[in-house]
Amino acid sequence: MRRLPWRVARLAESRWENDSARTLVLEVPGWPGHLAGQHVDVRLTAEDGYSTQRSYSIAAPADGERVELTVERVPDGEVSPYLADVLEIGDEVEIRGPVGGWFVWRPDGAAPVLLVAGGSGIVPLMAMVRQRRRAGSRTPFRLLYSTRDPGRRYYAEELRRPDPGLDVTYVYTRAVPEGWSRPPGRLMLDDLAAGGWPAEFAPDSYVCGPTGFVERAADLLLSLGHDPGRVRTERFGPTGG
Amino acid sequence: MTDDHLDGNALAGPLREIFAVDMTAAVGRCAGCGLTGPLATLHVYGPGPGFTARCPGCEEVVLRVVRGPDAAWLDLRGAVSLRIPLTDAEPS
Repeated sequence: MRRLPWRVARLAESRWENDSARTLVLEVPGWPGHLAGQHVDVRLTAEDGYSTQRSYSIAAPADGERVELTVERVPDGEVSPYLADVLEIGDEVEIRGPVGGWFVWRPDGAAPVLLVAGGSGIVPLMAMVRQRRRAGSRTPFRLLYSTRDPGRRYYAEELRRPDPGLDVTYVYTRAVPEGWSRPPGRLMLDDLAAGGWPAEFAPDSYVCGPTGFVERAADLLLSLGHDPGRVRTERFGPTGG
Repeated sequence: MTDDHLDGNALAGPLREIFAVDMTAAVGRCAGCGLTGPLATLHVYGPGPGFTARCPGCEEVVLRVVRGPDAAWLDLRGAVSLRIPLTDAEPS
């Protein structure tokens, strides 16, 4: 018997999503495929043998041996600055996965879907948006995406393009674009009431972001009458790396 | 407890190293208060020196997992039972 193996992953492509977040497209020989919402562990090993690992959500649905991650550079982090600024095309890291079987969306799901993202919490939710599109699913999706300001968004171009059945609403907490009617501020009940689904539609909700954001968004959904059994949450740590 | 916890999704990798299937979707019952729910919903503190997972209802320790160089310690003190889905043939 073999435990979940570490596999060699080679950087095939990369692109910047904003000035601190970089998407890495990794080629991973033997990759078994994955579900939207799953994550991987990434391990770096120094020449002296010291190694350290972090968990990252996968940003795109399964595509052969390609695995796409978006990594936010955490200042003073041990792993993310390397992945964001140092790793070059052709360089290798080790990855293990996919892991996680609860915070996932499958295209055969019939219930409408609400995605609530705080900051880099958009990553696994974007895998769901892309999975839906790739599968030609007609499941209606609504995405509520909270960031500090418009410049902090990931995937802005792609989310601007029409994607029938997907509605995207932005919430800005610090600064808003010119002419934006909602003042900057954290996620409120009205945001979820207007940008989400009524509880009686029995949507499946996926909430991902920093711990405080997730707690707040989940509490607001429950106060709007959503079934706790249909609200799935994933929290990012206060420190990452 | 403070707000600085992760959740049971963070246990997916460490537990998948031990178990043959995904454990974050496994439904456990808390020995402290009887609350049931997927391991993904536990409040998790870590990763160093290991992960401690507490019940979101009563904050009692449900499980702990510590990885050493050549062994893992799994402490299930607060889990009365675990119902582990085995129907899923998909990657996990």
